[in-house]
Amino acid sequence: MKKFLIVFVVLASVLSLATIKIGVVLPMTGGIAAFGRMVWEGVEVAHELFPDVNGETIELTVFDNRSDKIEAANAVRRAIEVGKVNAILGEVASSYSLSGGAVAEEKKTPMVTPSSTNPLVTSGKKYVSRVCFIDPFQGWAAAILAHENLGVRNVAIFMDVEQDYAVGLANFFMQTFQELGGHVFFEYYKSGDQDFTAQISDAMLTGAEALFIPGYYQEIALIAIQARQLGFFGPLITGDGADAPETISIGGDAVNGLYFTTHYHPDSPAVTENAKLFLTKYKEKFNKTPAALSALGFDAYMVIRDAILRAGNTDREAIAQAIRTTSNFPGATGIINIDKEGNAVKSVAIVKIEDGQFKYDTTINPQ
Amino acid sequence: MNLYTFLQNLINGLSLGSLYALIAIGYTMVYGILRLINFAHGDVFMMAVYFAFFLVTLGKVPWLISFVIAILAAALLGFTIDRVAYKPIRNAPRVSALITAIGVSFFLESFAVVVFSGIPRSFRNIYPKFLNNMLILGGHEEVKYGRNVIVGGLRIPIVSFVILIVTAIALVILWWIIYKTKIGMAMRAVSVDIPTTSLMGVNVDGVIGFTFALGSALAAIGGLLWATRYPQLWPYMGFMPGLKAFIAAVFGGIGSIQGAVVGGFLLGLTEIMLVGFFPKMAGYRDAFAFLILILILSVKPEGLLGKRSVVKV
Repeated sequence: MKKFLIVFVVLASVLSLATIKIGVVLPMTGGIAAFGRMVWEGVEVAHELFPDVNGETIELTVFDNRSDKIEAANAVRRAIEVGKVNAILGEVASSYSLSGGAVAEEKKTPMVTPSSTNPLVTSGKKYVSRVCFIDPFQGWAAAILAHENLGVRNVAIFMDVEQDYAVGLANFFMQTFQELGGHVFFEYYKSGDQDFTAQISDAMLTGAEALFIPGYYQEIALIAIQARQLGFFGPLITGDGADAPETISIGGDAVNGLYFTTHYHPDSPAVTENAKLFLTKYKEKFNKTPAALSALGFDAYMVIRDAILRAGNTDREAIAQAIRTTSNFPGATGIINIDKEGNAVKSVAIVKIEDGQFKYDTTINPQ
Repeated sequence: MNLYTFLQNLINGLSLGSLYALIAIGYTMVYGILRLINFAHGDVFMMAVYFAFFLVTLGKVPWLISFVIAILAAALLGFTIDRVAYKPIRNAPRVSALITAIGVSFFLESFAVVVFSGIPRSFRNIYPKFLNNMLILGGHEEVKYGRNVIVGGLRIPIVSFVILIVTAIALVILWWIIYKTKIGMAMRAVSVDIPTTSLMGVNVDGVIGFTFALGSALAAIGGLLWATRYPQLWPYMGFMPGLKAFIAAVFGGIGSIQGAVVGGFLLGLTEIMLVGFFPKMAGYRDAFAFLILILILSVKPEGLLGKRSVVKV
């Protein structure tokens, strides 16, 4: 009996070594569950198209961070200690990637976030990287959109004081917008707030021409509704936090005319082979057009897989280094180059909500 | 702040306050009869809203009927929660019931997350469009961004009028039940002394169950109107409003229904005025509400309209 057990354990560990495990840490429930779902859809498409690498199967396990900062760290810890993953794909929001990334860094496990844009997520780290642009660039692009494309000079920034993403993006927007000669002032709120009437009234009092809301879709939708109800008709501009169908389903007519910066739109011109493949397979599987986060989830999976391919083995250190040398990789969201700091240099797609649809407006390229 | 903004903030504050008042009424009634702070109140309201949502979207039941059914379902839910969670510990120290209530709250929230998913849903298409509109006083017409809109003027949410009317009706019905019916008399007896009431031949458990059902129905009404004003459903939607209603009830005098109404309006007003006068403090508005709670408990724990009672040992 004992011998059988020993043989069984050895076989099991050898067999489990033969699969490559990726821990997918996402907000599957909670405030930004819509984002988690979208990323997961993209990951699923990539996994179906490319289920193995170097002759070994890739096994995905999902760890829900429940849209909570503390759970974000716990989920990564569980993935590494219990799930024994070779790499982490996640998390979505910068606050959670910061919290979970600290654990990944401590445990020397490579982590690729599909969508966290706050620069602090990768700064000073060796193991955490991303396939998306960072907020200094997104804030700059949003300021160009506001000042040049929309022609406004006086913007009220509605900042979610609880989210690192929002605080960072608000400040980067402010820097560029002020350099261009515009004027900003801040209104504050917290994630989960439902009443913004006082802040909107104050913004109107101080003469705002437009609102910049660098937060998440739950609050964006409600702010838009209440702004229109209170008689504010100026442009609404947001970051990629609005890129979820819930912005339209909850916001309704109030969000028509809203502009936002994001990573990808199926109609944007720069198209790689993988972009076409992703689009076709996604439409076939889910019968709808993909959101930016799905394309980014796809890219995160592909970049991790490509790193494993180039590393030639499943050693976490090797994978982490290979990720940082990703060069000219054709992702669904464009060509991905990951620099020494773990950040990707990409273009920004500007999307406008019109007639209850996300319509591609233009692209702003990095200078 | 100019006069226009001040008046608009006043309207917004009263509007928010009216919702807190309505939710606080149910909270305070349960406390007044049973001396139990039902922390699950806000979550019962969340369940009622989801119920109405699914009735309309999946069951294709007309909205008004769905609302009525949801209110009745919430009453049933309240009764069941009492039977399952509070009745077994009826004779235990009061703090046990309090902790159980918190447990029920967590249970309902987690249940909603698992069954309904954490993704927020829109309540906008459930009720007729006019309830989303604003009554505009003053202002003038202009063409902005290609549309004919009214600029300026004071805006009052139409749903706020509905809330005021519903609150008034709820108060009248509640008053009638408590003072003009037998069950109401039984409720008042239970609030004074449970053992003696049961000695009088009253089915105390039944009366308590009825009290919870009534409180939950009030929570449901508050919740449905909350969702009409802020049309976004998600499992934790009742958490903060429930807590604010609790603060409003304590502020006005827990156990006093008039206190709940006054407390609700005052809390809504202070919350909005805080942000209006000190926009930089907007991130602290919830903290400020809890500060009010601490202050009132330190200075006048029986609340604004409550009476100080001495417990003789």
